[in-house]
Amino acid sequence: MDLVTRYLGMDIRTPLVPSASPLARDLDSARRLEDAGAGALIMHSLFEEAVRGEEEGMSRFLHEQETGFGEAQSFLPAHWDFEHPLDDYLDNLRRLKEALEIPVVASLNGVSPGGWIKHAEEIQAAGADALELNVYYVPTDPDEDSAQVERRYIDLLQLLRGHLNLPINMKLSPWFSALPAMVRRLERAGASGVALFNRFYQPDINIDSLRLQPSLHPSTSGELLLPMRWIALLHGRTELSLGATSGIHTATDAIKLLLAGTDVVHLCSALLVHGPGHLETVLAGIREWMDAQGFESIDEFRGRLSYLACPDLGELVRTSYIRILDSYSFSPGVMT
Amino acid sequence: MSDTPTLVTLDGNQAAAHVAHLCNEAIAIYPITPASPMGEWADEWSSLGRTNLWGTVPEVVEMQSEGGAAGAIHGAIQAGALTTSFTASQGLLLMIPNLYKIAGELSPLVLHVASRSLAVQALSIFGDHSDVMACRGTGFAMLCSGSVQEVMDLALIAQAATLEGRVPFIHFFDGFRTSHEVAKIAELSADDMRAVLDAEAIAAHRARALTPDRPVVRGTSQNPDAYFQGRETVNPWYRALPDIVQGVMDRLGARTGRRYRLFDYQGHPEAERVVLLMGSGSGAVAETVDHLAARGERVGMIRVRLYRPFSSTHLLQALPRTTRALAVLDRTKEPGAGGEPLFKDVTTALAQAFMDGRLAQLPRVLGGRYGLSSKEFTPAMVKAVFDELAAPRPRQGFTLGIHDDLSGSSLDWDPTFRVDANRGVTACVFYGLGSDGTVSANKNSIKIIGEATAHHAQGYFQYDSKKAGAVTVSHLRFGAEPIQSTYLIGDGDADFVACHQEVFLGRYDMLAKARAGGVFLLNTQAGVDEAWGRLPREVQEQIQAKGLRFFVVDAYGIASDKGLGRRINTIMQLCFFAIIGILDLAEARARIEEAVRETYGRKGRALVERNLAAIATALEGLHEVDVAGLPVTGHRRRPVVPAEASAFVREVTAPLIAGRGDDLPVSRFPADGTWPLGTAAYEKRDIALEIPRWEPELCTQCGKCPLVCPHAAIRAKVFPSEGLEKAPAGFMHAPVRGRDFPAGWRIAYQVAPEDCTGCGLCVAVCPIRDRRDPGRKALNLTPDRAFHDRQKPAWSFFLGLPEYDRRALQPSKIKHAMILQPLFEFSGACSGCGETPYIRLATQLFGDRMVIANATGCSSIYGGNLPTTPYATNPDGRGPAWNNSLFEDNAEFALGMRIAIDQNRRQAEDLLRTLSGALGGERVQALLEAAQDDEAGIHEQRHRVTALKRDLAGLDRPEARRLGGVADYLVRKSVWSIGGDGWAYDIGYGGLDHVLASGRDLNILVLDTEVYSNTGGQTSKATPLGAVAKFSAAGKPREKKDLALMAMAYGDVYVARVAFGAKDVQTLRAFLEAESYPGPSLILAYCPCIAHGVDLSNNLRQQDLAVAAGHWGLLRYDPRRLARGENPLHLDSKDPAIPYRDWALTETRFSVLTRTHPDLAERYLRQAQADVESQSFLYRQLASLAVKKAGTPPEGA
Repeated sequence: MDLVTRYLGMDIRTPLVPSASPLARDLDSARRLEDAGAGALIMHSLFEEAVRGEEEGMSRFLHEQETGFGEAQSFLPAHWDFEHPLDDYLDNLRRLKEALEIPVVASLNGVSPGGWIKHAEEIQAAGADALELNVYYVPTDPDEDSAQVERRYIDLLQLLRGHLNLPINMKLSPWFSALPAMVRRLERAGASGVALFNRFYQPDINIDSLRLQPSLHPSTSGELLLPMRWIALLHGRTELSLGATSGIHTATDAIKLLLAGTDVVHLCSALLVHGPGHLETVLAGIREWMDAQGFESIDEFRGRLSYLACPDLGELVRTSYIRILDSYSFSPGVMT
Repeated sequence: MSDTPTLVTLDGNQAAAHVAHLCNEAIAIYPITPASPMGEWADEWSSLGRTNLWGTVPEVVEMQSEGGAAGAIHGAIQAGALTTSFTASQGLLLMIPNLYKIAGELSPLVLHVASRSLAVQALSIFGDHSDVMACRGTGFAMLCSGSVQEVMDLALIAQAATLEGRVPFIHFFDGFRTSHEVAKIAELSADDMRAVLDAEAIAAHRARALTPDRPVVRGTSQNPDAYFQGRETVNPWYRALPDIVQGVMDRLGARTGRRYRLFDYQGHPEAERVVLLMGSGSGAVAETVDHLAARGERVGMIRVRLYRPFSSTHLLQALPRTTRALAVLDRTKEPGAGGEPLFKDVTTALAQAFMDGRLAQLPRVLGGRYGLSSKEFTPAMVKAVFDELAAPRPRQGFTLGIHDDLSGSSLDWDPTFRVDANRGVTACVFYGLGSDGTVSANKNSIKIIGEATAHHAQGYFQYDSKKAGAVTVSHLRFGAEPIQSTYLIGDGDADFVACHQEVFLGRYDMLAKARAGGVFLLNTQAGVDEAWGRLPREVQEQIQAKGLRFFVVDAYGIASDKGLGRRINTIMQLCFFAIIGILDLAEARARIEEAVRETYGRKGRALVERNLAAIATALEGLHEVDVAGLPVTGHRRRPVVPAEASAFVREVTAPLIAGRGDDLPVSRFPADGTWPLGTAAYEKRDIALEIPRWEPELCTQCGKCPLVCPHAAIRAKVFPSEGLEKAPAGFMHAPVRGRDFPAGWRIAYQVAPEDCTGCGLCVAVCPIRDRRDPGRKALNLTPDRAFHDRQKPAWSFFLGLPEYDRRALQPSKIKHAMILQPLFEFSGACSGCGETPYIRLATQLFGDRMVIANATGCSSIYGGNLPTTPYATNPDGRGPAWNNSLFEDNAEFALGMRIAIDQNRRQAEDLLRTLSGALGGERVQALLEAAQDDEAGIHEQRHRVTALKRDLAGLDRPEARRLGGVADYLVRKSVWSIGGDGWAYDIGYGGLDHVLASGRDLNILVLDTEVYSNTGGQTSKATPLGAVAKFSAAGKPREKKDLALMAMAYGDVYVARVAFGAKDVQTLRAFLEAESYPGPSLILAYCPCIAHGVDLSNNLRQQDLAVAAGHWGLLRYDPRRLARGENPLHLDSKDPAIPYRDWALTETRFSVLTRTHPDLAERYLRQAQADVESQSFLYRQLASLAVKKAGTPPEGA
């Protein structure tokens, strides 16, 4: 049974690619993911903002603690040295490359052009097989229109393309008004793949303190319907690798997305909850299903329920609403 | 002689810790200023795995108090370990009972003491010998170091001697002057230590260990038949000890070339006048002796190194036979004694020698006191002593360094006297902001000069007692000869004066320090052409009069440009080297760059880059201003306090504020430590770069801004509209909202512009945004200086408005409570402090009837550190009465107050009853049964008491006179015990527990910062699991103690856990309920602190997150609910709403562990998550338990 998949210009042994999570920080759990059958591994994201925040926090609270008060020249012990977060990330990348045979994809979230380039170049030099740009942008300015927002992504990609040789994967949010067109523009600007979709931190409101407070909920299988549709719409209509992320917990979830046309399936929450070994369970489920269905390779069924494979556009977009209603209609044989 | 020694630049504490850590195995510690750094060094080295001489890592254990540390070292030494500890002052006093035991059992150990004043009429963190002198009777040997080099050497000498002689040692040196002085010294190597320590003595110590393999009994009780003889058995050890110590000194001398004697003589070989003393003051005396002897004067000095056992034999060997007059200087005071201890020891020794015939002629011996609490001790003062020794009728029991116009004890000195030692020394003074890195840069400069040149270097740093906007003054000296100037750089002595913060020019007369022809460097954002014009007139005058060269640099501009914020240290440091020219500039730059790399290490790579960029351009911004012929046109500095201040404030407080307290004579000071309230309002430190601007038209008048203000610098007042025509232009007000207030009245939320620290919490809490401009709130920080200046008269006008009638307010509403006048204002606490809003709130609610016992710690420092006091009075003259007893006894201290107040009240009640015939039964009954549970009730009772006192004055009966003296106690008094978690959870827990169990009506407010904040963030039992703190560098390994649950177990204690930043109304309710509860109340208040590694502008958010994460569940346990058949426990926060890590990792104390020990951090975070969930479950269960009503069977029975 052939599970080999083409992803970002590389042949990988299975379509299951754990997405950015703490599991990739730890060599042991990364090895367990590889042993369980991961096709590639995406590292946790290096956030430029977090790097800066840590630099500033450590500077203020470890290096520059003095206040001039007579009884306390410092407040926190600062004698342990440790790696700068970027160096730490690069070390982690190098260690993963040494320990694993599967490709390792680094992930980056920048906020400034300088930060993106500097960090990306160091990541390339440290041997990453590809780079995923975790582009995290919430447009708030009413005067910034969708064209300007899209331009940000294209400009960034072009900027990095000019500095890097390695494949670049774009992780996108679901809120583009014309996603297929956006994906095409990214393709032309030099991307190698897209991952659909980013999950955002969403603030909640505390009604006692009258302040915002963070909230983060693990994904559920219900969330996969959103990427599934867009994967189905994009499959076969772009040369970019397609990665599906959000809400993939079981073999059934993964199979659905492969049927929709994804090249790779990213898992995160399910692995955090059940451990790296869960990947093996998902893979076994895919194999079992393929066996039952008589498929020998992924390519035999990938995209079978995609836009291209559907007889008309209505199957995936407009009529899907009607079909749901239709399931409640009476049988023609029943007298009403 | 050993190999060439390694030269190191370090301070006295590090020198002691270096030897102590290498020579010991078990180290028990507890933080106390100025000794804390010794424990911190030891803990740091052990946590990094540094081994001792025998290849093991010493175990460092933090105890709950110094008493605990003393117990632990006693146990460790008995069980055969090599043991040490570090302490000072009150900590040493707490150890005394064990010191007797340790010495009585001839147990060898060394206790290193950074000697410090004792709390008497006031606490002082500074240096003198009061603490060690209180240990004279313990049986400990006492060895004194007077310099950083001596600290390292004598630490080893003490260690070797105690092992050989079996008598335990106190090795002491002067707090701050030596403990914190940075100097270039020769380091003792491990080989040096091995060579000096006697291995057989160590083996013998181990052989005496208590062990079941060779069991013995120690610590018996002895009766009259045995005890006395037993006490005399130790005499041979004490007789042998001086020679043992001298032997060790000789061994060390042979190895290092540094030779010490028990009594070291220096001076003219045939001296007639001699000064004898111990400690750092000997540096100033030595310089004076050299100076005078070089001029042919027959003077000399004796440094006392071994004070106990006191060897008169060795003293006589040191004293020149030509001595006619001897002054013995004591750095301590023993009131009521016939002289201070060292004086008496010396006098006795000489008298005995004279009687025995060992001394042919008895010199005249004078005793004098000097240097208490680090009071300056200079060669000029020493000269005065030598002059006094030559006087025909010299004064006995003189004082030095003060002007004693009360008892006439003080010697006058000539402040212009200078010694030869000052020549050839380059002296530099730097005025810096505490947080701008000036001190660390100067420490590094000393290191650079020490390492890169043959010069000797010395640095001493004056710190502030303020925590916000603290000022530091660095004193650096370097020169070809060893520097023993153990005093500040004096007026006219500085070759170089730097001012790192322009605003200080208006406050401090720093150019008084400059010598003629010296250099003045100013960090200013004014250009080279404008800089002169911005200087105060007094500064311009001194620059011209002294012919100073004047340099300017815009270090803030460079720092900001390079991404360093306001961190100007490396820029100013390079400018210093460029101007002073002590070493090649390229080398100076290279060494500063090297220090930057070393300081920031791998983790700070971006900071290294930014600092290097700043260093690269620093000198481009340095310019010399050609001052020749520039006119003196600047404004005069404004007076320190306004002319209308009280005489006491003008004559005493003002000089203290201005840094001229040394000039105040004794008679100006209160004899019993009693000081007036409300003086912090005079300081006007004006440290905020931005202050809040109120937008009356947006404001909904919720009152949250004054509630969160740590400095009571934004206030609310409701007032009639009459008289507003006189209001200054900047005074803003609006119609007061709500039917609770009279129609037509106005409200103002007014900032005190010169008292605000700019923390921004008021803006952070403001819930109102302009719908048209969401960036604009009803309060916004503004840097607008014109607005700032307009607010000064507005604030004065606001203060003049009448206070609103307290009876008409509903204190359970935030808006109403915040109209109450704060009686705690403008303290020296950190900007954004998490503690002070709770204290301010308590004073608003109960300040006019509060008596406060305050545990030592942050709250006693910002609450009562001179020059001013933040507790204030209301227009009736009432306000919180406050006292700080000790660190460990605060709950008991408050209980004592409660007992006294209750006794007085009972006496008043009894006398009322006795006088009921004369006063009228109905009236007496009204006084006795007055309901005083609200403002109106208290107000009416005060009226009754006023009338009573008036009428009592007309009654000629002894009972009436007695009742007049106690009648005020008929008005309810609110007793508060306030302190931090170090007190409540650790050192004072036993007392706290006892007071909770007492059933008495008092209120305990625990300001829980989860570390010892005041001494620099050491671990307490309140520190949470996994938090990094000093003494928990790898994260606290166990969870926080649940003090609330422990207190609730008593059943009759009111308990509340509050966090005003999470739920302000709950805090308010808890304070009101606690105070009204007629038994013990415990309020545990969550206080974000700078020690958490968060910027305190996020104070409120951190409280909110701590509650949301379940770390700090809000609750109130009110035993009164039981009587109503309700569960007494009420939970005021929900189950954890966010993951624990989402709160924890926003604070450096937790997040740093994920970088230094990632696996451990992850384990702790997971465990903490499980803990908060199980805690939450437990509290839910407790809060939902059915309550058994009296006389009824429990539900379901």
